[in-house]
Amino acid sequence: MDFLVFQVPMLTIQALLDGLLLGILFALIAYGMALQWGVMNIINIAQGDLVILGGYIAYFMYLYGIHPGWGVIVSPIIMYFVGIGIYKLVINKVVDRDLFISILATFGISILFMQLMNFAFGADVVLANSGYGTTMLFDNSVTLPNSKIFSAVVSIVFAVGLVIYMKRSKLGRAIRATAQNARAAKILGVDTEKVYAATFGINAALCGVAGALISITFTIHPYMGLPYTIRSFMIVIVAGLGNLPGVALSGMGLGIFEEFADYILGTEFRIGSVFLLLVLILVYRRFKLSRKREYLK
Amino acid sequence: MLKNKDLITYLFILIFGLSAPFIFPAFKVQLSILCILIVLATTWNIQGGEMGYNTFGNILFYGLGMYLCASVQVGMFFPLAEWTESGGEKTFVHTPAQFFQGMAAGLIVAAVVPTIVAGLIGYSILGLRGHYFAICTLGLGVAAGEISGGIEIIGAGQGFTTPPFPDVGGLEARGEFFYFLSFFALVFTFITVKAIYSTRFKLILNAIRDNEDKAEAMGIQTMKYKIIGWMVSAFFCGLAGGIMGGLVGYIDSTDVAFDGREMGVFMVLMAILGGKGTLWGPIIGATIFHIFKEGFWTFFLGWQYVALGVLIVVIVIYFPEGLMGWLREKYPEKFGEVVDEKDRKAQVELK
Repeated sequence: MDFLVFQVPMLTIQALLDGLLLGILFALIAYGMALQWGVMNIINIAQGDLVILGGYIAYFMYLYGIHPGWGVIVSPIIMYFVGIGIYKLVINKVVDRDLFISILATFGISILFMQLMNFAFGADVVLANSGYGTTMLFDNSVTLPNSKIFSAVVSIVFAVGLVIYMKRSKLGRAIRATAQNARAAKILGVDTEKVYAATFGINAALCGVAGALISITFTIHPYMGLPYTIRSFMIVIVAGLGNLPGVALSGMGLGIFEEFADYILGTEFRIGSVFLLLVLILVYRRFKLSRKREYLK
Repeated sequence: MLKNKDLITYLFILIFGLSAPFIFPAFKVQLSILCILIVLATTWNIQGGEMGYNTFGNILFYGLGMYLCASVQVGMFFPLAEWTESGGEKTFVHTPAQFFQGMAAGLIVAAVVPTIVAGLIGYSILGLRGHYFAICTLGLGVAAGEISGGIEIIGAGQGFTTPPFPDVGGLEARGEFFYFLSFFALVFTFITVKAIYSTRFKLILNAIRDNEDKAEAMGIQTMKYKIIGWMVSAFFCGLAGGIMGGLVGYIDSTDVAFDGREMGVFMVLMAILGGKGTLWGPIIGATIFHIFKEGFWTFFLGWQYVALGVLIVVIVIYFPEGLMGWLREKYPEKFGEVVDEKDRKAQVELK
């Protein structure tokens, strides 16, 4: 335990800013999860692995001499088709079934992806150097990599763009209608199968954007997927389905929590504290609901 | 209610189990692991199959048991911190008497402490339902792995070497010792599970699975039974973990003890493959899975996890009822179900 972070105000500001920018990125991934959970009623454990795969696309662009910043355009396009492929192969068989089936099936996909990425890209921790430089604040005592600011801005742009798309476009309307009542939407002529595929594709595309940004700002590694899944799950259950401002807020909250946990408990407990926080949040909500004799379900 | 025919079957299996290490002397370690896998699958089935609470968290008790057994075994005679610090180097050596005493005490602790832990966290965790429970227990297992990987006294990231088998009878004796240990754990588990499945307890678990609210409305204290069920699972998972720690000889936080990616999924997969909610399903599933794993893993050579991922997806999507479920649908008479021929024909026509 080390409370230095609270004793030095600059360190506090540093952790706050880092957490805030990180949290915006988490919120983007969580937004994808909320979308597919709300529309298709599946929980995708492979969410984090889609993020990492998106990251590797940007990393490979970097290796071949293209600026990884373009990854935020290329990665979602490729990931959209990857998402559609996964939907056609696996997800469409688990959509109407028990949620546990979808959890287990996507867990299988997650293991598969993890290992395939390990074979294809190697087990090294890599990052795509964007060369954006850093900004110094408060007399050089707070350092802020420009890539983090870039990632936050891009995340916000994509999230806002998607919200507008969901509100205005025909497909967006169809997706919202299916989320409200799949049967009624079907009766009214919405091709729900197509909507599901598109939803999963959009989710994968969002993961692709987030992954490209993560490969620029942080590091990626084939086995780092599961924490991203758990983070987005946590953000969604805290915010509730269909509550977009809530997703953004709880994402930022989680980012700040993580940065402080990193400083206080030490880096080796960072991931552990995220998972423990999930357990604590679920237990807290369970006790809160049990007073009214209700339960989470 | 043991019938004569059943008794002969059990006797046959018991004799086979006792003589197996002498019939297949080369496969002692594999057979021990099979016993452990069956224990894990059978105890997972208490939650996942009978109670309808799909847990990923039983790995928590398994890993806890593994660390506890090894720690007690070392800590009873030597300073634990120095042992883990020296890593693989053998600065301390257990005499045979010390080893077996330590193992006995360690296994008792490894079984009892997870049971208490299950009892303590049970009230909070088992109040969740459905997928929230599944994700919460998944988080619990991973959190335990990550946190134990940061604790210095049990080896942190570099792992924990369990006491080596003392010099009595060499490799053969080691294999036989761990085989019989795990086989007795298996027999103990089977007898306990069979005993509780023949009481009202099983009916209550099934009632919870089918409709928990109605079960509660009928006056069953569901929470009490859920916690007891979890404690039974935790007891045997801890025991299995303790034995497995000694068998493997090396404990790592995320790759051996709290190995959600392997053991944690294996136990779910085995129970589903055999057919969850049956007594024999997990046992058959574990046997098939283990034979498949040992037989084909070497062919894939590095592609095991890819094969595992594909296997999970295929089993879950195309085979969710498992082997026993499939047999049950095919030959319902054998399972003591009364079949109405007319009803059956009507259903076939509907399909």
